[in-house]
Amino acid sequence: MNSFTYTNATAVDAAVREKSTNTKAAFVAGGTNLLDLMKENVERPTRLIGLNKLADLATIEDNPEGGLRLGALATNADTAWHPEVEKRYPLLSQTILAGASPQLRNMATNGGNLMQRTRCYYFYDLATPCNKREPGSGCSALNGFNRIHAILGASEHCIATYPSDMAVALAALEATVRVSGPHGERTIPFADFHRLPGDQPERDNTLETGELITALDLPAKGFEKNFTYLKLRDRTSYAFAVVSVAVGLELEGNVIKEARIALGGVAHKPWRVIAVEETLRGVTATEDNFREAATALLRDAQGYGSNNFKIELAKRAIVRALKQATEMNQPLDANAFLNSNP
Amino acid sequence: MIQQPTNTSGGATSLPAPPSAGSVTLTINGVQRHMQLAPWTTLLDALREYADLTGTKKGCDHGQCGSCTVLVNGKRINSCLTLAVMQEGNEITTIEGLGQPENLSPLQQAFIDHDAFQCGYCTPGQICSAQGLINEGRAHTEDEIRELMSGNICRCGAYVGILAAVKEVVDKQSSK
Repeated sequence: MNSFTYTNATAVDAAVREKSTNTKAAFVAGGTNLLDLMKENVERPTRLIGLNKLADLATIEDNPEGGLRLGALATNADTAWHPEVEKRYPLLSQTILAGASPQLRNMATNGGNLMQRTRCYYFYDLATPCNKREPGSGCSALNGFNRIHAILGASEHCIATYPSDMAVALAALEATVRVSGPHGERTIPFADFHRLPGDQPERDNTLETGELITALDLPAKGFEKNFTYLKLRDRTSYAFAVVSVAVGLELEGNVIKEARIALGGVAHKPWRVIAVEETLRGVTATEDNFREAATALLRDAQGYGSNNFKIELAKRAIVRALKQATEMNQPLDANAFLNSNP
Repeated sequence: MIQQPTNTSGGATSLPAPPSAGSVTLTINGVQRHMQLAPWTTLLDALREYADLTGTKKGCDHGQCGSCTVLVNGKRINSCLTLAVMQEGNEITTIEGLGQPENLSPLQQAFIDHDAFQCGYCTPGQICSAQGLINEGRAHTEDEIRELMSGNICRCGAYVGILAAVKEVVDKQSSK
């Protein structure tokens, strides 16, 4: 690691002020991704602003919209195992528990989870060009090893994927990101928080300089009756998704009233196509209808060689996830992911 | 890589002098330890190189292997991915704090009884992780224990013994 100075922030506004006036400063909460990147010299902040003493940001409580407010500094473990999250948002519990390891979930925070960088091998490898790490240097993955890379929404500048599981469920649940910045507070709809690489792959999200995530708001609707997070990966535990699918369904008998489908591991952000979800409204929950939706969701998908298989894999995963969510024949506890893999 | 406290004397280069080591107080196994540490010292390096508690092991140093697992306020974490300075005010428990040679913790005894190691390098992390798992109270079946121990790698492949050892202590705890 490069040398840096460290201070614990004692107030949000002071932390934001300092970060917005020092481009070499970084916020640190759990540190699970940032410290790793600093050891690899991918990130080289000269100042760390520690957030863990901001206890107000670590709470989980009801929000005025009838949903739940998840503090940015609540850990992933405390969130997944919070009784209200388990009861009202089991999709989120299941999704968080499908990611990382127990040790990491005890450290990683909700805000930090959204700020994770890609696990693209070239992003981590300082010896190779990478537009995300060093804008203008080129993309090594485009014609290199790209098994874990994007099949949707990529650009000629970057085909990296965003690695979070939790964010896939938050996309399906239509969470809102609350941020505090030098110009006050604002909220960002989850779909607008992460961005596609375009010609600025160095920007993962739409936060402005100095802005700090303070909370995630979950709307009242939690799809707690029909949901699933299907995560396909190279080993059954403690691995990033090759393809993942978060599904929330509202059913009336066997007819779909509302469907949410978000994909992970396939793009620079959790992938949703609202128009496809709309086509499922009012139709019967059958495998044929699911397959039609899956085909539509992947219509614009493009492989780059080693990741071509993900297109068909994603389609099949969507069908299976929709079936699982309809039938709910999975164990209903938060460890349901145990049996959600082949 | 071992990070030593910084030399603050400046030197002939034009680079700014790195920040000097600061005073950090950690509570480790119930004992307050005052140390002079550079800010970039991880908790793992503070334990091994400065507190002389070498039971906690450095494996990958990237949060992938679990051999550096310790308990902070009763919760298991990877000590390689947190800075010592971030853990001031917390109760840190290492393998040395769980039991002593003449008074082993139930997990330590179970690991011996079930032959739950070969080379032993991952063992302190496995035991601290298993203690964290028991504190969480979420794992009861073998499948649940396997899943919630997946943050600890054993390259000798002693998983069968590890699972048996953890299961035995989990069962004893839940029958209490």
